[in-house]
Amino acid sequence: MNPRLRQAGTVYRNIHVSQIARYRLPLAGFVSILHRISGAALFLVLPVIVWLLDRSLSSEVTFAEFARAFSSGVGFFPGWLVKFWVWEVVGAWLGHFFAGLRHLWMDVTHSVSAPQGKVSAQLTLFVSGGIWLLIGAKLAGLY
Amino acid sequence: MPVSIEELAVSSNFGTKRTIVGAHYGLRDWLSQRVTAVAMAIFSIALLVQVLLPGDGTYTWWSAIFSNNWMKQLTLIAVISIAWHAWVGMRDIWMDYVKPVAVKLVLQVITIVWLLGCAGWALQVLWRL
Repeated sequence: MNPRLRQAGTVYRNIHVSQIARYRLPLAGFVSILHRISGAALFLVLPVIVWLLDRSLSSEVTFAEFARAFSSGVGFFPGWLVKFWVWEVVGAWLGHFFAGLRHLWMDVTHSVSAPQGKVSAQLTLFVSGGIWLLIGAKLAGLY
Repeated sequence: MPVSIEELAVSSNFGTKRTIVGAHYGLRDWLSQRVTAVAMAIFSIALLVQVLLPGDGTYTWWSAIFSNNWMKQLTLIAVISIAWHAWVGMRDIWMDYVKPVAVKLVLQVITIVWLLGCAGWALQVLWRL
């Protein structure tokens, strides 16, 4: 251990699950955990995405069924819920995409200092969040 | 006298060049995660550009996008990339949070089956076009 840290009496230990909510994560750490959560979410909804691909590409009839899902719904899911769900998936994809680009940028330029991490995290959230809101407004028919 | 593969494999387990840490899949996973990401990004942008180009939004227009031979190949690569990329990512998650070996193994097997199922289904859809 670094002797200076020992002198200061700093003790590092894992925090309990119940402490996560109160833990103040730096912005880079926030983007990092969002990257993981969005990736896991995309993994879980993958069959539904493939189902949408299947419906939209298989035939004219299934394409019409696919298009109807967004207006009059599918099964017991109303159309607005299908739209909202697709918006969430697009959000997970956008966040994951730009957080991934951030990693590639860090790899290529060796930008791994704390201030660079903060700026790139802000940029990631701003760009992906901005595009996500624009798509949301479009889906809601605001423009 | 030529050295056999077996002898080479054994020779890395002793002496100054012996393997002393890990399974050495770290670099391979790190690199494959980035290569598959770039492949998916290229596919996503190619799809986005075609969707944003003027079109009538009918089935004919939509299926024509995926019927192009180059787009089919790109989609094939994207599907394989998604499965590979998601496998590395999900395995990392299981390794980080799940301690019991039996549970971890079951989750990893489910992950592989899940991803292979999705990839197979997507390719079936693609091949029918």
